[in-house]
Amino acid sequence: MQQIPDVIREIPLNYYVWFSAALFCIGIIGVLTRRNAIIIFMSVELMLNSVNLLLVAFSSYKADPAGQIFVFFIMAVAAAEVAVGLAIIVMIYRNIQTIDVGLLNKLKW
Amino acid sequence: MNAIIALSLFGISNLFLGFLNNRKILLPATLVFILIALGLNFADWNHEYYWFNNMLKTNNLSVNFVTIILLSTFLVVAISRSFGDDDEHSHPAEYYAILLFSAVGAIMMVTFENLIMLFVGLEILSVSMYVLTGSDKRSLRSNEAALKYFLMGSFATGILLFGVALVYGATSSFDIHGIAQGVAKAKEQMGGAYGPLLYSGVILIMVGLLFKISAAPFHFWTPDVYDGAPSIFTAFMSTVVKTAGVAATYRILSISFPSVYGLWGNPLVYIVCATLIIGNITAVYQQSFKRMLAYSSISHAGYLLITVLAKRPETNSSLLFYSLAYAIATITAFAVLMVVSEAQAKNGKADESFEALNGLANNNPLLAFSLTISMLSLAGIPLTAGFFGKFFVFSDAFSNPSSLFKWILVIAILMSTVGIYYYFKPIIAAYMKKGEVAKIELSPLYKFILILTTTLTILLGLAPDLVKNIF
Repeated sequence: MQQIPDVIREIPLNYYVWFSAALFCIGIIGVLTRRNAIIIFMSVELMLNSVNLLLVAFSSYKADPAGQIFVFFIMAVAAAEVAVGLAIIVMIYRNIQTIDVGLLNKLKW
Repeated sequence: MNAIIALSLFGISNLFLGFLNNRKILLPATLVFILIALGLNFADWNHEYYWFNNMLKTNNLSVNFVTIILLSTFLVVAISRSFGDDDEHSHPAEYYAILLFSAVGAIMMVTFENLIMLFVGLEILSVSMYVLTGSDKRSLRSNEAALKYFLMGSFATGILLFGVALVYGATSSFDIHGIAQGVAKAKEQMGGAYGPLLYSGVILIMVGLLFKISAAPFHFWTPDVYDGAPSIFTAFMSTVVKTAGVAATYRILSISFPSVYGLWGNPLVYIVCATLIIGNITAVYQQSFKRMLAYSSISHAGYLLITVLAKRPETNSSLLFYSLAYAIATITAFAVLMVVSEAQAKNGKADESFEALNGLANNNPLLAFSLTISMLSLAGIPLTAGFFGKFFVFSDAFSNPSSLFKWILVIAILMSTVGIYYYFKPIIAAYMKKGEVAKIELSPLYKFILILTTTLTILLGLAPDLVKNIF
């Protein structure tokens, strides 16, 4: 069986960079334009996963395992964030029966 | 660095203490835990150690930052009497444990040697703060603040991580000294120019961290979150989180990227000016004392960033002194705000406007005096710690040869005069406005903390060299 880094290296590095950048931008646009808290949350996860992809690509091109170790940390921490984030969203839903962030306007200057 | 291990264990044991029927033991236990961690922290003094396979590094600078963080945590815990010993639904053990855990995150942020630890520390701190912000579960304002903080915080983390990935691509290292070497090598190969990976990577890392320390234009979440969160956690957020964030920003910019100063220095100039102007001008229009303190924390982020930007040899000590002066004064202000807003509560809702302070001095001279000293310190009036904090920061900016710093200095001084206007509002309300605040009974510990912080503020204002020489 071929080594996984070799498989990754069959595609030029530039493609990975552009693809991750595109995913990252889609994530940013999602956060800034959507109003549903869950969708915003998904967009944030998309941003994190574009980072994971980029780190794995760099790490196999440089033959340096540090990048892949970082990916494990990001996955673990993102899971912890999901736990807290969904709890916050459920708490909001219990109080106002909606998760539309546009309706949350108690705090205004 | 044993402080990290100790605090984590103490946090867990605090959770177990929550099973006891006697909740009175939690507060003293937590205070003792923090003091032990503070003692362990001093064991690293005058040693340069690498910990956990070069993941963390302690030196005198980091020991000083950890001291400020633990001292702020201690003060915040000491004034946290309102966790409700009587309320069935309150969870004091969990709150104290989460505060200890978030102190661990803050310590990792000021000692990191590897970007993995920066990320993990930042997330430990942030995730704990999301929980604490939303801890008032039945209040819509607290809910909304938690959601905003969570969404904006994880957004900022995403941006920071993308920056880290790009810098890794340009320098093939996560070690902050390794990155510095990689940056030099990359610069050599490109003939003095910056590659696009490095360029966007540095900017994105900076943006991610500035989000956390709420510098303009990334500050928009700050007033809402600070306003909505329970006051005790707002005090924690505006001191510990800010100190840790500024220290992390300073550490990574000054160790990893000093050779590409132009790349992050130029945008940071505009960010500093925008932060000072927006923070101070908007604070003038606030009706709520708590919200004014939120904007004041934005403006103080601006002053702290000036000295990061000035890159002088004295930056270390100015940064430490300013953080210390700011933390003490802010915690005093929140301590007064908490008791007064609860005493003046209308329909069970705490009144956090300036009017709640009207006539405070008549029956509560200690509260009014502490409030006055903390406001004077935040405004930077002589004979308080805040004055020397500002003085050191401004003299750093002044001694930088670049002419740009003269302009920053002009803006900073103009804005601190604007600051005097809004910091005097609560003082005027407390001493001159007509109103009635019933005598507020304070616990001995609360009184002690108020007197301690007020004395420290005056003492550091009279003799700044006492701690300045240590830093």
